Amino acid sequence: MRILTCVKRVPSPGAKIVVTEDGKAVDTNMLGFAVSPHEECAAEEAIQLVEQHGGSSTVMTLGPAEAEEQLRTIMSVGVDEAVLLTTDGSDWDPMATARALTAAVRELEAAGEPFDLILFGNESADSGGYQVGVRVARALGRPIVSGIKGVEIADGEVTARRDTPTGAEVYRLPLPAVLAIKEGINLPRYPTLKGRLGAKKKEVTVMEASREPGGQAMLTLLAPPSQETPTEILGDGAAAASAVVDVLERIGVL
Amino acid sequence: MSTLYVVDHDRGEITDAALEGLTSARALDPGAAAVTVGGDGDGLAGMLAEYGATTVHQIHHDELADYAPAAWGDAVVQLIEATSATAVLSVGSERGNEVMAHVAAVLDLPVVANCIEIATGDAWEMTRVRWGGSLHERARLEAPIKLATFALHTTEAAPADTPGAGAVAEFVPELGLDAAVTRIVDRVTTEEGVTLATAPVVIAGGRGVGSEEGFAPIDELAELLGGAVGCSRVVTNNGWRNHKFQVGQTGTVIAPEVYIGCGISGAIQHWVGMMASKNVIAINTDPAAPMVTKADYAVIGDLHEVVPAVVDEIKRRRG
Repeated sequence: MRILTCVKRVPSPGAKIVVTEDGKAVDTNMLGFAVSPHEECAAEEAIQLVEQHGGSSTVMTLGPAEAEEQLRTIMSVGVDEAVLLTTDGSDWDPMATARALTAAVRELEAAGEPFDLILFGNESADSGGYQVGVRVARALGRPIVSGIKGVEIADGEVTARRDTPTGAEVYRLPLPAVLAIKEGINLPRYPTLKGRLGAKKKEVTVMEASREPGGQAMLTLLAPPSQETPTEILGDGAAAASAVVDVLERIGVL
Repeated sequence: MSTLYVVDHDRGEITDAALEGLTSARALDPGAAAVTVGGDGDGLAGMLAEYGATTVHQIHHDELADYAPAAWGDAVVQLIEATSATAVLSVGSERGNEVMAHVAAVLDLPVVANCIEIATGDAWEMTRVRWGGSLHERARLEAPIKLATFALHTTEAAPADTPGAGAVAEFVPELGLDAAVTRIVDRVTTEEGVTLATAPVVIAGGRGVGSEEGFAPIDELAELLGGAVGCSRVVTNNGWRNHKFQVGQTGTVIAPEVYIGCGISGAIQHWVGMMASKNVIAINTDPAAPMVTKADYAVIGDLHEVVPAVVDEIKRRRG
């Protein structure tokens, strides 16, 4: 098995997001960075699949030089190789991102073995375009399903599970294939000290990405309207139970 | 402007989200036509007309018997070409965004996902959500055919004042044998009855619940109210509850009549998953927690005392 996982460096989820004065970017002065959550799970899935079936896995990102930090984090938990497609750090639209990733996959495959499986996150935590994986898969002529929370590989096929409100849908794709993974498929492992030290020594292949934008441009970023509302305090502790039930009764859900 | 609205349906069952999207689409273009893929969708024509569809394009093909994202995308692309549509819209549901991504990839055109406002023109300017709704983006779209989806819960689904004509037009695409490689081959049903995504009442637990066992009173309250249990990301990361219970940016987006957040501080990534709730009740020891300050009602206290007391009070009133 040869597996490629594509990840994105994003400001750490959970932090308060503040926009820069010119409204063109998120103010990252006070923020840490992380691998976007769905993609962190995709990388973990790649590691588990290689543990089960043998082979190797590669992680690739398109981003500023600093994104090397996220590649090393992913290598420290067990991904073997890393590729960094460098940009100037500006906001790339989904078409430009997909074109650069597709070109890189072709280059990596021409230089080595083809990838049996390419994993994406379902959507990036920050821009959330829900499309880069699909664009890359279609450009490569490979099947893709999004929203995947279960993967099994057997006999040259991948069986992929997508949760629905009442259960799951099951898809079966011939390899080579592409999947867009969702958080919840696994619990990503933490790096060990040994893993961290090992990842420091590993090589990161750096390639320059060429930007071919599509017709979607970000103009400005803005904070959503505040949702602070007057809160009616119903009381303290267990004594408030009766007031809570009154509210439920008034709303009509009792 | 000639607009197609792609309907998210599962074997003829339509979601509220799909009707919300159609409500938004007809506000943008009163002449918008609806598109159902697969023969199972035929029965929706009457309802789509009620929600304003002037025409309902029904796409029929043997390969479209069940949901198959690439084949749905290919079929819609052929319909776009046949009808010379200049705008194609859908809802930002899992399937809506997925099918539109395929359409965009095949046409090699941009698709702007999860819009909350669109101003049409030669170029379109839209407001879309980033970070699941924690941040908004003003974006500009230039393309010969405009492709976009509406973020979930942007508009309330409402029938049109004057129903659309709903004229049915059949369309049969040409699909290759490989078009439906990614098709649903099996389904697993694990839940019956109330589901998190559609429950009228959701009782959610966060860090304050403290353990897997700590959910017992929350489960009981949900049961009593005929509601569903939800949780925050901390709970999933600690393994107290399966990810399918997670509400928020990387979990399920909900809009219940009542949401009760127990021991949830209300980090923005959770808040964006439940902010469409009609009534928010917070139970938290910290009066300064964002969940408390943003809630409609709050109880300051330990959920382990408050929730069992609420359960007892409901039982007492019901006799």
